[in-house]
Amino acid sequence: MMQTNDTARVDGASRRAFLRASVAVGGGLLLDFSLPGVLRARENSRQAASTLNAFVQISTDGAVTIVSKNPEIGQGIKTMLPMLIAEELDVDWASVRIEQALSDPARYGRQFAGGSRATPLNWQPLRQVGAAARQMLMSAAAQGWSVPVSECDTESGKVIHVPSKRRLSYGSLASKAASLPAPDLAKVPLKDPKNFKIIGKSHPGIDSPRVVAGEPLFGIDVTVLGMLYAVFVKSPVFGGTVVRANLDELKAQAGVRDAFIVSGGAVFNGLLSGVAVVGTNWWQVNKARERLQVVWDEGPSAGHSSEGYARQAVELSTHTPGAKLAADGDVIQALGASAHRLEAAYSYPFIAHATLEPQNCTAHFHDGKVEIWAPTQNPDAGRKIVAKTLGLADADITIHMMRCGGGFGRRLMNDYMVEAAWISKQAGAPVKLLWNRQDDIQHDFYRPAGFHFFKAGLDAAGKLQAFSDHFVSFGENGKAAPSADMDDAEFPAKFVPNLELGISLMPLGTPTGPLRAPGSNALAFAFQSFIDEIAHAAGQDPLQYRIDLLGERRQVGAFDTGRMIDVLALVRDKSGWARRKPPTGSGMGVAFYYSHLGYFAEVVHATVAAGGKIRVDKVWVASDVGSQIINPTGAENQVQGAALDGIGEALGQLITLENGRVTQSNFDNFLLLRMNQAPPVEVHFLKTDHPPTGLGEPGLPPVLPALCNALFAASGIRVRALPIDARLFA
Amino acid sequence: MQFTLRINGKSREVEADPQMPLLWALRDLLDLKGTKFGCGSSFCGACTVHSNGVAIRSCVTPVSAVASASITTIEGVGATALGRSVQSAWLAVDVVQCGYCQAGQIMSAAALLAKNPKPSDTDIDKAMSGNICRCATYARIRAAIKQAAGMPTRDSRDTFA
Repeated sequence: MMQTNDTARVDGASRRAFLRASVAVGGGLLLDFSLPGVLRARENSRQAASTLNAFVQISTDGAVTIVSKNPEIGQGIKTMLPMLIAEELDVDWASVRIEQALSDPARYGRQFAGGSRATPLNWQPLRQVGAAARQMLMSAAAQGWSVPVSECDTESGKVIHVPSKRRLSYGSLASKAASLPAPDLAKVPLKDPKNFKIIGKSHPGIDSPRVVAGEPLFGIDVTVLGMLYAVFVKSPVFGGTVVRANLDELKAQAGVRDAFIVSGGAVFNGLLSGVAVVGTNWWQVNKARERLQVVWDEGPSAGHSSEGYARQAVELSTHTPGAKLAADGDVIQALGASAHRLEAAYSYPFIAHATLEPQNCTAHFHDGKVEIWAPTQNPDAGRKIVAKTLGLADADITIHMMRCGGGFGRRLMNDYMVEAAWISKQAGAPVKLLWNRQDDIQHDFYRPAGFHFFKAGLDAAGKLQAFSDHFVSFGENGKAAPSADMDDAEFPAKFVPNLELGISLMPLGTPTGPLRAPGSNALAFAFQSFIDEIAHAAGQDPLQYRIDLLGERRQVGAFDTGRMIDVLALVRDKSGWARRKPPTGSGMGVAFYYSHLGYFAEVVHATVAAGGKIRVDKVWVASDVGSQIINPTGAENQVQGAALDGIGEALGQLITLENGRVTQSNFDNFLLLRMNQAPPVEVHFLKTDHPPTGLGEPGLPPVLPALCNALFAASGIRVRALPIDARLFA
Repeated sequence: MQFTLRINGKSREVEADPQMPLLWALRDLLDLKGTKFGCGSSFCGACTVHSNGVAIRSCVTPVSAVASASITTIEGVGATALGRSVQSAWLAVDVVQCGYCQAGQIMSAAALLAKNPKPSDTDIDKAMSGNICRCATYARIRAAIKQAAGMPTRDSRDTFA
């Protein structure tokens, strides 16, 4: 199945079906999906289109349709991936129409939005897909002209026979080309990057005209004929289960059709225990919740609290770490021998993803199959959870990937998908499940809190001779909770002769998971802030100190010190680090971080105004993500957004656990960055001779310590806990 | 109760609880899905529409309170030259990341420009800080507002040349 409608209306009228059942490269037939009782497969009313491979269709009028396989969460992938194909296919971008793929990994390979992986994973394969289709078009033309294909070339959607200057449009060749064998993807020639016409030029978001017109594109906008609306109420204490609920009273509320208890299981990223309320109007079912009374068995987490974790962490810090992650030299001896010793405790809190579009999913269970319309970053993982929970085969589950109103890692989990599928099955109707904001903030997979107890020793020249971190995190039986781990390569590991990284784990009853730049978004703050303390203790320039610490240009594991040194030098230059003299109350801070294969160094200029009010004046970003910025306008937008996301985390984001439950509930107490707090962010890309890598995440981590280091430069006050407590500066 | 609402220049009949927020009447009764649900409590601005040209949060505005008002939503904002210019500027500047907040941003921006055709950066901060962009496209929103106003898009707060 290649085609999905990518508008959110599924009432048939605006469903765009284009098809001609033709043999695809992978051998699959192209068929539209079907609604109950309605055969959707039908001849297109427009021009007949030929399928050259899973990603490329060309109609006889030359219109090119390119399938975008990955979920769009605002990272611009629906524009960027087709650019790779269109470039090598050699068509004009203006002639390209883009369709969102269904979730179908057998046809498209892995389809997900995570880890800033789309660029490194697709940079070569999708260009090969475009190049292969171009080869098939050239072969079709060459056969028709009875000339060797080596005499053919292409230009803007036409095959040219170079010696005779004859031309044929792709549209006129597509049908014949589709019948030819597909070339070996690994052997198709790719363009020399200097001949790129699409890659490297800015292309605005392909769906933006529809976004600014308010068209229904998002998961929350889906309408299925006959659908009901649902809310699902889970225990405020994670892992709690329903004992009983006043279902009869609920069923008597206006607009409510049904209310029932879902037993659920014990896996956070699955179907949990709760009460479903289903009705004809979402506002009414959500309002009916005010009358809901549930007796919960709150389970073993009811005694957990953020405060309790912090106390436990301090207690654990006085013991030997539960496990050693890295150990070089002799830290104890080296600390004893050092001229300056530093100790500092850093901490950061749980935080939520808070996608602006709350979690939602529309599902239609019928005849032992389920059709799903979901904003999801990881649809196939959702399919597997739905299959297991409902006792279906994978093949019985169709998933339409709707545009996501933000992802940030939240929608790698598919808890809301299995909830919708289950509720549809039990309600016997298509159901749109929609969480309210309180559900969303109180039932997340949080960025885990963490506690770092650092020690460092410097020699008389200020050189770092000893470094240790006792990281107190969460987990059980020696296994860290999701996104609560650290590895043996955390900088400055391998850069200090005597170094120890150790970890101790506290049991946690709260779901955690990846949040944009997982791990890194927290570790960067702690490590790059403490390294700033070390540089100041050494009496040296914090930027040069970092360059000196990186040392020789070399490869250390996956990390290339030269690339980081170069972005530090670039940000020094662009920010005016050496020449700028911030006024009293203002300061500049620097940090660097390597994550998701990207090298980022960032400088923040910040001011502590009268009364302790913090103002972030400007951010400079220097980065190295390889040889090619595929879509410059999207790239700049991503990096600016990542840096501001980090500023927002530092300034305000906090999830507090009390009695096993989250105390925050909406945007009045979970604070997201707003326009008046957002500084200008200047972005620079250093192009180097390395394969292109992703940009959604790596711009985020260094901005948090760069901000805190700037505040130290401005005030002499060191921020060692997030979010930044303005009272420190009052 | 039966209400006759004036939405995007057209009369629309809805049968709704008088307390039902306009947001849900628009989305689920009138199938105008462009106006978005973000928080339900007027904290995020995703649901912003115009009532008699003034930006309001439709998630906390009961249908009964706007029965005699002229409502404009994102689906109708392009009917005026000003609304169109804001939408065009959004595209020219390539503001959108996920896009979920942008209907509300555009409605707030259009209301700002209607009463203040040449807003300063401080004016923009004041008018737009009720609209959260979770992707933080704030620099481009700021630039797009100025572009729609025919002003230079430079951020006057950036004194770090």
